[in-house]
Amino acid sequence: MAKDSFAQKVAKTQVWKSIFRHGPPDNARNRAAVIAGNVFLHLHPIKLKKSGVQLGYTWCMGGLTFFVFLALAVTGILLMFYYRPTAEYAYNDVIALREHVPLGIMRELHRWGAHAMVITVWLHMFRVFMTGSYKPPREFNWGVGVILLVLTLLLSFTGYLLPWDQLAIWAITVGSNMAKATPLLGHGGPGAMLAKIGDFVMVSDKNDVRFQLLGGRFVGEAALLRFYILHCVFIPVVVSVLIAVHFWRVRKDGGISAPL
Amino acid sequence: MKDFLNIYTDPVYSFTFVCIAFFFMIKYVEVIATLKFGIGLMIGTLVMFVLCFMDPVFTKNFYITNDNVPIIYLVFLIAWTTWYALYKGIRNDKRMEEGLPPLEATPENREKVWAWPNLVYTELFAIILGTVFLIGWAVFFKAPLEEPANPTWAPNPAKAPWYFLGLQEMLVYFDPWLAGVLLPGLIVVGLIAIPYIDMNPKGNGYYTFKQRKFAIVTYLFCWLVLWNFLIIIGTVFRGPNWSFYGPFEVWDAHKVVAANNVNISEMLWINTLGVKLPSNIFIREIAGILLTLGYMVLLPVFLTKKIFNFKGAVGKVFNGGFLGKYLKSLGWARYSILIFLVLMSLTLPIKMYLRWLINLKYIVFMPEFEFNI
Repeated sequence: MAKDSFAQKVAKTQVWKSIFRHGPPDNARNRAAVIAGNVFLHLHPIKLKKSGVQLGYTWCMGGLTFFVFLALAVTGILLMFYYRPTAEYAYNDVIALREHVPLGIMRELHRWGAHAMVITVWLHMFRVFMTGSYKPPREFNWGVGVILLVLTLLLSFTGYLLPWDQLAIWAITVGSNMAKATPLLGHGGPGAMLAKIGDFVMVSDKNDVRFQLLGGRFVGEAALLRFYILHCVFIPVVVSVLIAVHFWRVRKDGGISAPL
Repeated sequence: MKDFLNIYTDPVYSFTFVCIAFFFMIKYVEVIATLKFGIGLMIGTLVMFVLCFMDPVFTKNFYITNDNVPIIYLVFLIAWTTWYALYKGIRNDKRMEEGLPPLEATPENREKVWAWPNLVYTELFAIILGTVFLIGWAVFFKAPLEEPANPTWAPNPAKAPWYFLGLQEMLVYFDPWLAGVLLPGLIVVGLIAIPYIDMNPKGNGYYTFKQRKFAIVTYLFCWLVLWNFLIIIGTVFRGPNWSFYGPFEVWDAHKVVAANNVNISEMLWINTLGVKLPSNIFIREIAGILLTLGYMVLLPVFLTKKIFNFKGAVGKVFNGGFLGKYLKSLGWARYSILIFLVLMSLTLPIKMYLRWLINLKYIVFMPEFEFNI
C-alpha cells in the first residue's frame, strides 16, 4: 500500500473530518455531498445543464453583481467604523479616512464597487432579455429582478450624499427636486394646488414627498441621517431579502434558463 | 476633425445620427453579427478611446469628477455585449434555418454536468478577477471628494450621478413631473410588464434574433438610444447651465445660447390667428389638448385598424399592419398596454424633435395646475 501524501493525511484528521463531512470531491457521491452539505454552496444545484455553466451564455453578470454586493457590504461596514452621519463630522471623517489611513482604499473600493454594481446589474438584465429568460416560467423572477435593479440605483444614490461634499449635496438636490414634482404628492407637481380646504393648502413644501424624503425643505442634516439609515440599514435589508427570493426562484423555476 | 465633432455631437445631429445608425444596425444585422465586424468594433472603440483621451480639453471636461470613469466601461461593455448577443443570435438563427437546434440545445449542451467543479471553479475565477479589477481601479483612481457641502453655493453644472444623467437630460424636454416621476415610473412598470405582454413562446433560453425581432428591436432601441445615449449626452456633451458643449470644447460658463421656445398655444393664437391668448385656459390650450388626446386615443386606433386607406410607407404603419397584427395574439388587455408603453416611450424623441425643429416648449401649458406637457 502506497504511503499517504500530506494532503491525504490532513484529510484523515478528526479536525478536517469534523468540518467537511465527506471525502475529496473526485467521485459522484462526494461531488453531490460537497454542494448539498455546504450552506453556501447549496445555492447551486448539484448538477446543471452544460449551457448554464458556459460564460458565453451567462456572462456571469448576475454572479458578479452578487459578489460586488457582498464586497460592498464588507467595505461598507468597515467605513461605518470611521464615519459619523452629522453635518459637523461627516466631511471631516471622510478627510480623516483619506489622510490618516495608510494605503487606505476602502472608500475607493466602496465607491467603485457601487458604480460597478450598477453596470453589472444592467448587463445582467440585458443578457436575461436577449436569451428570453424572462419567459414562462420565470416571469415573476424577472419582476423581482427589476425591483432589485431599482433598489441598486437607490442604494447608490443614497450613498452619494454621505461624503457631505459639494458633489454629494448638489447631486442629491438635483435628484430630490424631482420628488417635489410628483403629481398630487409634491408641492410643485401637477394638481397639488387643487388640494385646498378654504385657504389651507394641503400639499406644501412642509409636508410633501420631498419633505418626507429629506426630513426638511432642503438637503440638510436631517436628510443626511435619513439617507445614512436608508443606505446602511433599510435598503440593504430589503435587497438581501429580495436576493434570497431571486436566487430561490432561479432554482425553483428550473435553474439557469435553457432551451425548453 | 475635432471642430467637426464639436459641431455635430450636438444632440440635434448626434441623436439623429444614432437613430439612423440604429436603423442600419437592425437592417444589416447579418453584416454586424460577424466575427470580422466584432473585431473591427473592438479595435475601433479602443482607437476612439485613445484619441479622445489624448485631447487635454476632453480629458479635463470628462474628469470633472472621477465618478465619470464607469461611463468608459459602460460604453465599451454596451458596444461589445450588444454585438456579442446579436452575433450569438444570428448564429443560432442560421443553424435553425438549416434545421439544426440552437447551440444551447445540442445534445452535448443539454447534458448535465456536476456543479463541482464545473460551476464552482468558474465562480472562484470570476471572484478573483473581480477582486483584482476592483482593487486595481481603487488604487489608480481616488474616490472624488470636493469642497465641504455648501448649501448657498451651487456648482455649475450641478449633475446627478452618471446613471441618472439620462433622466436629467430628459429635463431639457420635459417638466420634472414627467422626466423625473412619470416616465421613470413607467420604465419600471414597463420592464416588469414585459413577460406578461410578450406572448411569443419562441426564444426561451437561447440567443436568437429573427424569432423575437419585434421584442429585441424595441428593447434595444430603448436601451441603447433612449437610455444609454442620453446618459452619454448628459455626461460628455453637457456643460455649465446644461448647455451643449462639444467633447473638445472648453467649458465657458458665459456661453450664450438663444432660447426662444414657444408653446403651441402661442403658435396658434398669437402667431397664426394674430389675437391675444384667450383667458379661459382650456380654450387657450385647446390645440395642445386635442393633439395629446389624438396621440393617446386616436393614434392607437389608426395603428390597430384600417380606417382610412393610407398609401405607401404611411399605410404600412397606420393601416394596422405594424402593430395591429399583434392584437389577435395578445388580446385587448395586453395589446393596449403594449401600445400605451410604445407611445409613451416615443414621446421622448417626438418632444426632442419638436424642440429642435419648431422650438416648441410645451404642447399643453397650464402653469395654473403645474400641468405642462
